[in-house]
Amino acid sequence: MRNIPLHPFGKRPRIHERIIESILFLFALLSIVITLGIAIILIRESYLFFSDPEVGFWGFLTGKEWQPMIGRFGILPLLNATLITSVIAMSLGIPIGLFVAIYLSEYASDKTRGILKPVLEVLAGIPTIVYGYFALTFMTPLLRSIFGDGTVEIYNTASAGLVIGILVLPMIATMAEDAIGAVPKELRLAAYALGATKLETTIRVVIPAALSGLSATFLLALSRAIGETMIVALAAGAGPKLSFNPFRAAETITGYIVRISSGDVSYNSVDYNSIFALGLVLFVITFTLNMVSRKISNLFHQEYD
Amino acid sequence: MSGMHAFGKAQDIAALMNRRRANAVAWNLVFILSTALAVLFLLLLVCSIVDSVFGYAVLTDEIEPSALVPAKSSVGDFSRQELEEVALTRLSSGVLRRVEHEKPIAQRSDKDLRDLVEHYVVKPKVLRTWGFWDSLTKRAEVSAFIARNPGSYASFRSWLTPSFIVSDQSADPLRAGIRTALLGSLWIIMITFLFAFPVGVGAAIYLQEYALDTRLNRILKLNIFNLSAVPSIIYGLLGLAVFVRAMEPFTSGALFRSFTDNTANGRTIVSGGLTLGLLVLPIIIINTQEALKAVPDSLRMSAYGVGATKWQTIWYQVLPVSVDRILTGTILALSRALGETAPLVVIGASTFISVDPSGIFSKFTTLPIQIYQWSARPQGAYRNIAAAAIVSLMILLLLMNSVAIHTRDKIAKKKRLES
Repeated sequence: MRNIPLHPFGKRPRIHERIIESILFLFALLSIVITLGIAIILIRESYLFFSDPEVGFWGFLTGKEWQPMIGRFGILPLLNATLITSVIAMSLGIPIGLFVAIYLSEYASDKTRGILKPVLEVLAGIPTIVYGYFALTFMTPLLRSIFGDGTVEIYNTASAGLVIGILVLPMIATMAEDAIGAVPKELRLAAYALGATKLETTIRVVIPAALSGLSATFLLALSRAIGETMIVALAAGAGPKLSFNPFRAAETITGYIVRISSGDVSYNSVDYNSIFALGLVLFVITFTLNMVSRKISNLFHQEYD
Repeated sequence: MSGMHAFGKAQDIAALMNRRRANAVAWNLVFILSTALAVLFLLLLVCSIVDSVFGYAVLTDEIEPSALVPAKSSVGDFSRQELEEVALTRLSSGVLRRVEHEKPIAQRSDKDLRDLVEHYVVKPKVLRTWGFWDSLTKRAEVSAFIARNPGSYASFRSWLTPSFIVSDQSADPLRAGIRTALLGSLWIIMITFLFAFPVGVGAAIYLQEYALDTRLNRILKLNIFNLSAVPSIIYGLLGLAVFVRAMEPFTSGALFRSFTDNTANGRTIVSGGLTLGLLVLPIIIINTQEALKAVPDSLRMSAYGVGATKWQTIWYQVLPVSVDRILTGTILALSRALGETAPLVVIGASTFISVDPSGIFSKFTTLPIQIYQWSARPQGAYRNIAAAAIVSLMILLLLMNSVAIHTRDKIAKKKRLES
């Protein structure tokens, strides 16, 4: 121990201050531990999965069949269903979410905004299981009455996708509104001064200026749609099938993980390891999307800050 | 009139202007319609759920009440004497012995006896249900259905009743309730709060008050953003591998020799609560950081100025000012945890348990899991009780959120008074 001379004006060592700071630092560090934990666990269990003689890494990535019973582990049917639901969700959520954002930030009066913002907040706060129920009891019957019971199966990816679109809509609207709102007022005023209408200003000036913020929003929404679980678990159906028809049942990556883990799986079985391998794929996809989204949005902030 | 202008002919300019105006009107309409559509989605969502909570149910009894007591068509009309008589003669001997053991028939209340007779003797069964809207508009369909099924009768009922809240889980949709699930949800939320609140707030204080702009701290901040966007099901996989499997001696309670149920093997309330704790941790950190950012720097400077240390400044100045906001953010994060389903399904929450959780090492089910299970069943009546459970969940969430909004408004008022 160093002997520190006590001096009335010197800096006294404050042990408890240091202890508190270190504890707080450890709490902050825990987030890194969680990320590493996720990565290590997913990779370790996936390694066990891929080292199983029945499963090959290449077959996993390119196989067109997912039939654990007969040892076929090709991810394409699951990935395909995930992409179909996500694409349907995005094609509903992006335009409507964007239009709502434009309306809120450029057109609506303060009073209208005061009513609409809470509506979006309520929509965003509803648990996803409720959306799943909505898909099953409202969207599917609606689709069946429009397109006919023969075309639309009871479980189908279209219904799940549309409801995921509704789910991500408030998120897209809120974030896009922030992005549009961050465009400096001078740009709008300059456009008005040149004689542009409000619409021309919005579409030709404001939206292009907010484009990087908007694309960051869309990527984050896509990542959310890909990881969405309960809606597809309830409405998209069970059994991995490689089909491009959105009116047929198909199981997504998340749907499969939920179905397998809600049954009784024994540890160290191929089934058990397979959900971790699928989790890893899901993690890699969403993580990449989040990182790219973050990069783009950082660029955007640098542009106008 | 037909003179040339600098930009072309007068009518060309007029046409261009008209086109631009038409464009503006059309797109304005598109924006308004999209917004209306978003509102419509919310309305449809609420209506389709409320619609399933009320409506006609066509029931059929295994033994009609009139066969038990002549000329009385409902158990509700039975007199005390008739109830006791029916209970003593019609209950199977095993059930009777158990019932008598719990509490003798003669000492039971009328309502209690009526329930007994309903459940064990009359045994009503749901044949088909109609939603609220269909019940109003399709009366003919209901009567036609009753005519096709002899012995059946219609009753207009609300699936959400006080007894639905306090009954436990049952395979019979007429008797099933959400008490076990509700208690499970509350236990889970408690564990989540106890874990995520101190850790989340602590981490946020470090990042906002202590952290210098170093590489490590930048990574920390980026990482927390990333964690907040990881799909919730991934947290389920993490919880399954870490809490349920690797830490089983701890999470099953075996380490403390206090486990209430040794069949749970790690799939306990503490595992579920910690899993959701990890899930909401980044949200709490981000919300708390926002709260701390809102505290003006002048406050910190004046505290330093009178000789306070860093921690004294935080503890006596910064936290008291921001505590309302921190709590609001935490409540919002907890309401997210309350509605989460996927991670708990993945860690293997029990789907059918009728025993109330008795401690943190019990097996559990939660409201969203219960909703999931009931919605996934094809029979009509389960859909109705799923809707009733959804309404209960939403009321719970609404209560939590109104507390959050109330405190937020209170701060706003306080701030106005101060400034």
